[in-house]
Amino acid sequence: MALLEIDAVDTYYGRVHALQGVSLNIEEGEIVTLIGSNGAGKTTTLRTISGLTPASRGQVRLRGRDITHLPAAQIVGLGIGHVPEGRRIFHRMSVRDNLVLGAYRRKDREGIRRDQEHVLTLFPRVRQRLNQIGGTLSGGEQQMLAIARGLMSKPKVLLLDEPSLGLAPILVDQIFDIIRDINREGTTILLIEQNATKALTVSNRGYVLETGRIVKQGPTKMLLESPDVQKAYLGI
Amino acid sequence: MSTAQRPNKPRLADLTSGWDDRDLIIYRLLLLFAIVFPFGATFLTGGSGGALINTAADAGVYVLLAIGLNIVVGYAGLLDLGYAAFFAIGAYTVGMFSSGQLYGSPLHHEIHLPFWLLLFVGMFAAAGFGALLGAPTLRLRGDYLAIVTLGFGEIVPRIFRYLGPGSVLGNWTGGVNGIAGIDPPSLPFGISGPWENGAAFGFLPRFDFIDPLAFYILMVILVVLCVIAANNLYRSRLGRAWMAVREDEVAAAATGVNTVAIKLLAFAIGASFSGFAGTYYGAKLSLVSSENFAFVVSVTVLIMVVLGGMGNIPGVIIGALGIYYVLFNLLTNLPDLAVNAANSIGLGFLNTSKGDWIGLHDEVQRLNFLVFGLILVLVMLLRPQGLLPSRVREQELAKGISEEAVFDLREES
Repeated sequence: MALLEIDAVDTYYGRVHALQGVSLNIEEGEIVTLIGSNGAGKTTTLRTISGLTPASRGQVRLRGRDITHLPAAQIVGLGIGHVPEGRRIFHRMSVRDNLVLGAYRRKDREGIRRDQEHVLTLFPRVRQRLNQIGGTLSGGEQQMLAIARGLMSKPKVLLLDEPSLGLAPILVDQIFDIIRDINREGTTILLIEQNATKALTVSNRGYVLETGRIVKQGPTKMLLESPDVQKAYLGI
Repeated sequence: MSTAQRPNKPRLADLTSGWDDRDLIIYRLLLLFAIVFPFGATFLTGGSGGALINTAADAGVYVLLAIGLNIVVGYAGLLDLGYAAFFAIGAYTVGMFSSGQLYGSPLHHEIHLPFWLLLFVGMFAAAGFGALLGAPTLRLRGDYLAIVTLGFGEIVPRIFRYLGPGSVLGNWTGGVNGIAGIDPPSLPFGISGPWENGAAFGFLPRFDFIDPLAFYILMVILVVLCVIAANNLYRSRLGRAWMAVREDEVAAAATGVNTVAIKLLAFAIGASFSGFAGTYYGAKLSLVSSENFAFVVSVTVLIMVVLGGMGNIPGVIIGALGIYYVLFNLLTNLPDLAVNAANSIGLGFLNTSKGDWIGLHDEVQRLNFLVFGLILVLVMLLRPQGLLPSRVREQELAKGISEEAVFDLREES
């Protein structure tokens, strides 16, 4: 059984039929990338999984358990962390409070403290800013904080929506290194990226989404070598 | 913080552990002022400070209201324009259940519950209605939410006015006349009623709250309790969740905050403070009338919160006291002040009416609220963050917010 299964899901975003029978599986320990052009339904897929925009048909299952219609808050508690597009940190709260909120569903104080320490080791820049308020951080620091906050819920699966958006090239590399580190420590990752080449190189497998449908899937090597994918998404 | 330096603090200090040190200093000053005030008022007026102390006790009602509204608006970021409705609910609770009013109702019995119990009844009644108002507004944001709360604020006093003599449901609230003859709070905590003449509490003389000073002391105690409660809410998990919802509802939901429940709790808990205030207000005035809970009350409290420093309790208290002073003292005395000022600088001729000029006193009286408006505009221009903003707001304004800033390479290397 896959860790996370999305089974023939239809989702409407307002009146737009954003996902039309999307299915994908994510095995424990994988990094899976979802590529596709703007408006293909990548963000909607993540929102469907995390319960922010629930599916109207089909199922989302975590370890076989149907979570399709659970409220978003509960889904976080079950082990799906969502780092939404555009970072969306809490601008007027301290960096520390942002992190504490990440662990909102957890009760194990000791574990939270340990994880905070660990997350801050992953993101030393966030540690330096701990007492500052979120809004005063630079774009890159905000992205790091957003990922750090996502990790504080101790997710089994982390959904990352465009983590490199708007970041300087050096920083993009850093972020991808960290994504790989997080994965190595046992967190499964579902990634959306504009920067498809970069994303595919760190991933095990990929899916290509076009106007709400999965049109191609496979190991990253295959996708990277596929002429269609190269032409449409990799800019080769 | 101070907690780490002093591990063996006495119990009272535990209530304030983790509070901002700057805030603690302000609280101590305010408390000191509250203690000195009655003495000062008595000495300065040559022994007739009752009126001043009475005014101060009334101002306390607004302090309670502002602390409560700050939870809804300042913490959770939900713009509430009908906050006076909950104030009304608290006041009518004490009105109905601590006076002869219900004798004329279909119940045909007077109910005289003790004030101390009604404080909590009023609190819970207001909280219940707060949740009731919250429920239909949960899907609304910003302006839309404000309009619905505005409607609620209009409806509630009207319902109380309607449920008077001649209403289909009977006379519960006295209608346009309101409810008069509300029992004053009394000590000891005995339940008043026909059995009271017995000797049950014979060994303890009964003390009725009539003297303004008694009400003043009661109000100071209520404010202290509410400040402690609000501060600890702010530092709690719930407080953090409120702020997360205020900042970004989607992100809050994505971190596991149940935004629906959290917003309902903001309305309910915010309302409970004003239920508290309403109960006190009804018992002190001994009279409630639907006119006391008009839209202008909601707006006044909102001004107090925003002007004082939204989200920061000391700021909100100072805002409440400041606005109360301006509205109910400065503005009412302004015509006389203007006349005196004109006389003392040799412009006494302004005081006599001539043609369209109706004399300085009456002219100033006409322009009273123009002055109020000017004060509001000036304060907001000079201190957009409020008189005493929270630390967060200060940092934000000092450093500037980089909402979608592209990362600066130089900073990285």
